Amino acid sequence: MSENHTHEHEHHHDDEHEHHHFPSEESYRTLDLLIQALVAKNVVTLEELKRTQIETEKGDPKQGARMVVRAWMDPAYRERLLADGTTAAEEMGYSMIGAPPLGVLENTSEVHNLVVCTLCSCYPRKLLGYPPDWYKSDTYRARAVRDPRGLLTEWGVNLSQSTQIHIVDSTADYRWMVLPMRPAGTEAYSEEQLFELLTRDCLVGAGLPTTLS
Amino acid sequence: MSALANHQPVPIYKPGDRVRISLRWPEVSDHVHIRTPAYVRGHTGTITRYFGAYPNPEKLAFGRPAEAQNLYHVAISLDDLWESSNQNASLLVEIYEHWIERLE
Repeated sequence: MSENHTHEHEHHHDDEHEHHHFPSEESYRTLDLLIQALVAKNVVTLEELKRTQIETEKGDPKQGARMVVRAWMDPAYRERLLADGTTAAEEMGYSMIGAPPLGVLENTSEVHNLVVCTLCSCYPRKLLGYPPDWYKSDTYRARAVRDPRGLLTEWGVNLSQSTQIHIVDSTADYRWMVLPMRPAGTEAYSEEQLFELLTRDCLVGAGLPTTLS
Repeated sequence: MSALANHQPVPIYKPGDRVRISLRWPEVSDHVHIRTPAYVRGHTGTITRYFGAYPNPEKLAFGRPAEAQNLYHVAISLDDLWESSNQNASLLVEIYEHWIERLE
């Protein structure tokens, strides 16, 4: 159940994610056979699988958003978040046991970070939950590294030409989250109002926090 | 962090070093698991961060004993990667030390 196995698994099943919203009956049968074989060989127990599933389903973009809001309001937490995302998540009570190290990259007026995984679909799942379908698509993975500004513009993320884009390809042991820029004019916002500005896409640089108009 | 990486190798590179990603294609002649994407191989960039050492995924993926490999962020200009102009964008990619060569 190591991260590396997950990595390979995703890699081989990407085409399926592209074309079907639900896995085919055949995939379910194959999965059942695989589980039976792993249990028979004492590689995993059904209880371990269930526990892993319960842990995985705790991942939620709201957890990342809470960390962002705290970083916006608390400069010392922001420092800790940028230095070590895993510790900063655990400080908020979010379990990162068994998860790959979490790195956090800060968006500023000079630099905008956008996260991709060109090899498969690496994403900070433990914290944020399952990645959106577009994140796993061949189109996103190809275009993000080739023409990130064009892609972001199509999504309504209009950056100044002077803002440098860092496209972050998650190829190895780290998982990446983005600390978005706090929008101007939100100085008087409450914690809850700030939280409402954030979407899942903001947390990987594919969106910007939207101010209440 | 990395259970098998008891021996922490000393990093050869430091932030600011100019490097080249190796231009090798082991997948042509072998069954492999490689985390260096094809599109960055042979390109030059700059080390921006050192992450510590992690078990070599090329061996880990096959259940073989995996030595600790130093891992870095390498920044490569998008214009250099794609022969484009004025993208004002850089790729940040995690690369293991055995795929990095010093640019003299």
